[in-house]
Amino acid sequence: MAILVDASTRVICQGMTGAFGGAHTKGCYAYGTKMAGGVTPGKGGTYFEIEAAPTGGGFDGKQPIPAGKLPVFNTVAEAVKKTGADATMIFVPPPFAGDAILEAADAGIRLVCCITEGIPVLDMVRVKQALQRYPKVRLVGPNCPGVITPEACKIGIMPGYIHKAGDIGILSRSGTLTYEAVWQITKSGFGQSSCVGIGGDPVKGTDFIDVLQMFQADPATAGVIMIGEIGGTAEEEAAAWIKQHMTKPVAGFIAGRTAPPGRRMGHAGAIVSGGSGTADSKVKALREAGVQVADSPAEIGRTMLKALGRA
Amino acid sequence: MNIHEHQAKELLRSLGVDVLPGVVAFTPAEAKAAYGTLKSPVVVVKSQIHAGGRGKGKAVAPDKFDATKYDAHTGAYSGPGVTSEKGVLLCKSEADVEKAATGLLGNVLVTKQTGASGKKVQRLYVEAGCPPEQEFYAAVLLDRAAGLPLLMISPAGGMDIEEVAETHPEKILKQHFDPDQGLWPFQARRAAYFLGLEGEAFKSGAKILTALCRAYVKLDCAMLEINPLARSGDRVFCMDAKLSYDDNALYRQKQSADQRDLAEEDPKETEAKKFDLSYIALEGNIGCLVNGAGLAMGTMDAIKLYGGQPANFLDVGGGATKEKVAAGFKIILSDPEVKAILVNIFGGIMRCDVIAEGVIAAVKEVNLKVPLVVRLEGNQVDRGKQLLKESGLPIQTADTLADAAEKVCASLKKK
Repeated sequence: MAILVDASTRVICQGMTGAFGGAHTKGCYAYGTKMAGGVTPGKGGTYFEIEAAPTGGGFDGKQPIPAGKLPVFNTVAEAVKKTGADATMIFVPPPFAGDAILEAADAGIRLVCCITEGIPVLDMVRVKQALQRYPKVRLVGPNCPGVITPEACKIGIMPGYIHKAGDIGILSRSGTLTYEAVWQITKSGFGQSSCVGIGGDPVKGTDFIDVLQMFQADPATAGVIMIGEIGGTAEEEAAAWIKQHMTKPVAGFIAGRTAPPGRRMGHAGAIVSGGSGTADSKVKALREAGVQVADSPAEIGRTMLKALGRA
Repeated sequence: MNIHEHQAKELLRSLGVDVLPGVVAFTPAEAKAAYGTLKSPVVVVKSQIHAGGRGKGKAVAPDKFDATKYDAHTGAYSGPGVTSEKGVLLCKSEADVEKAATGLLGNVLVTKQTGASGKKVQRLYVEAGCPPEQEFYAAVLLDRAAGLPLLMISPAGGMDIEEVAETHPEKILKQHFDPDQGLWPFQARRAAYFLGLEGEAFKSGAKILTALCRAYVKLDCAMLEINPLARSGDRVFCMDAKLSYDDNALYRQKQSADQRDLAEEDPKETEAKKFDLSYIALEGNIGCLVNGAGLAMGTMDAIKLYGGQPANFLDVGGGATKEKVAAGFKIILSDPEVKAILVNIFGGIMRCDVIAEGVIAAVKEVNLKVPLVVRLEGNQVDRGKQLLKESGLPIQTADTLADAAEKVCASLKKK
């Protein structure tokens, strides 16, 4: 058990024939994800070839990679029909990414991971409104690293080998900061149940509370690391939810304590405006909810292990 | 991306929002001519800078400006060289306008929002005067939690809206709307009633609020703020306008390319954009080069925990290349305040040996004179560390993020 994805998840890639989509399709395939094919309008009927390699594959990145041949389809609907895919990762360029999300939802894909960065905010507003017609569809992202259940299924751009199967759930608004936390846990000899990057954009498919609910309900997850950052009030809302519903230990970190107000810190969502969205208010809310908040990003792993009585 | 008031007003005018006639001026002579063009007995001469609080700001001659006489809390300046007691001036003659323009143009305007460095005034907006009988607040922005745009209005105009929200939340009305539907007529009516408008002014109010919501969508704004929105007789119009674009949508807001005012931006930030790097200048002296926005913020936080002050935020991207790292290095070093550099790369997709090569090449090219601490982790880390060691360059390596932050802060204390 884990959340969102497991060894049986069948994945397609929208934008597989682009440079970025192609590279990461190979990466997921090499990790052992059941990659079923891809979608590029106009290239249906062709194949995406993956060459065999003596190393770079498997959960530790040291196993041989077998040769592969993934079919390309013109539409997601066709890909779903022919391959039985239930998840997609999207690498389509920003102007077309919103449309790609809705195409996947309409084709019956259960889990849509949108990796694309730089989608106009109003496009995401429209996508979120349109997604209300597909209540069973779970969108993760955009502007996120994706979802991984270690040693089972990797959807996205995270480096697979830093992960190890275990019982700590990780969710985050940031990419590389998530890797940092994952690595700290792995190096301490523990592992992750699943890791979810919810993305750095202000309007997104999945928020902290959605994932916290899943981790709380997942018997394979013993504790949760939640990594937030400045901007918005999602961390404060998550804190309120944790206080009421969460029985598993939660460790946290909020990035951006030193960020100046009014500036966009890389992520479109990371702007402090008018006294709200500050790191201090988020840390305070989380601590009041019983979350162990690390002061330094270097302490995230240890804070979690301490909360679990393992360090 | 922010634009000037005059640019925002031109856009709004073209989209049916009521704004007063005005002319942009880059010289006192142009400002003087604008007075004649506008044919209005009273005009307002407004400094165009990307910061608010202009009315209460002071213009100061750049050679006499003393940043230590600036009170960051109140925004007041008590030093020498004041050339204009206000950043926005009411003028009643050609001579008045010329005098006001001379006091503002080429000088540094310090306001509550500019910070101690102030902003140089390089253009003015000369606008026809229209004394307001009432002032309101209006803004259109994104409500992240709802995932919808929001019209926010208040009858308490010209005031700091955060303060109103705190002390008189009942004086604020929020109306969500769908971007393609826009504000429903009932919402516009509700908003106009909330402002206390009546008769023809009520109609003008409902009309302008609807038009503002439409403009927000049409222009892909991150924020559209009208403070104050004013009433004079039956007319409701924008006295001020602050517009920022959603950076992700600039590709389809073609006019934004011409509206960019590089003088308002940090040249280091402009240079960084050329390499697709995300850079923000800060006040400290430890330069940071990190991959990923969250880790970059986290690294800044770690530096502060060890008693240091970050000089910048620099995200070279989750999948940075050797070239990007080299470009980032040069940008960091173009800041004379930087006394030490911390590189923190979590090589997930990219390989640490490639990053190490980029660092080595950059260090050699720029003839680095400040201490450099490099922390590499992840893909090909051993090879990366070995390359750094073999380079013979004075690079300190660190194993963890904490170790790196501690070492870079310590390198400053030794001096």
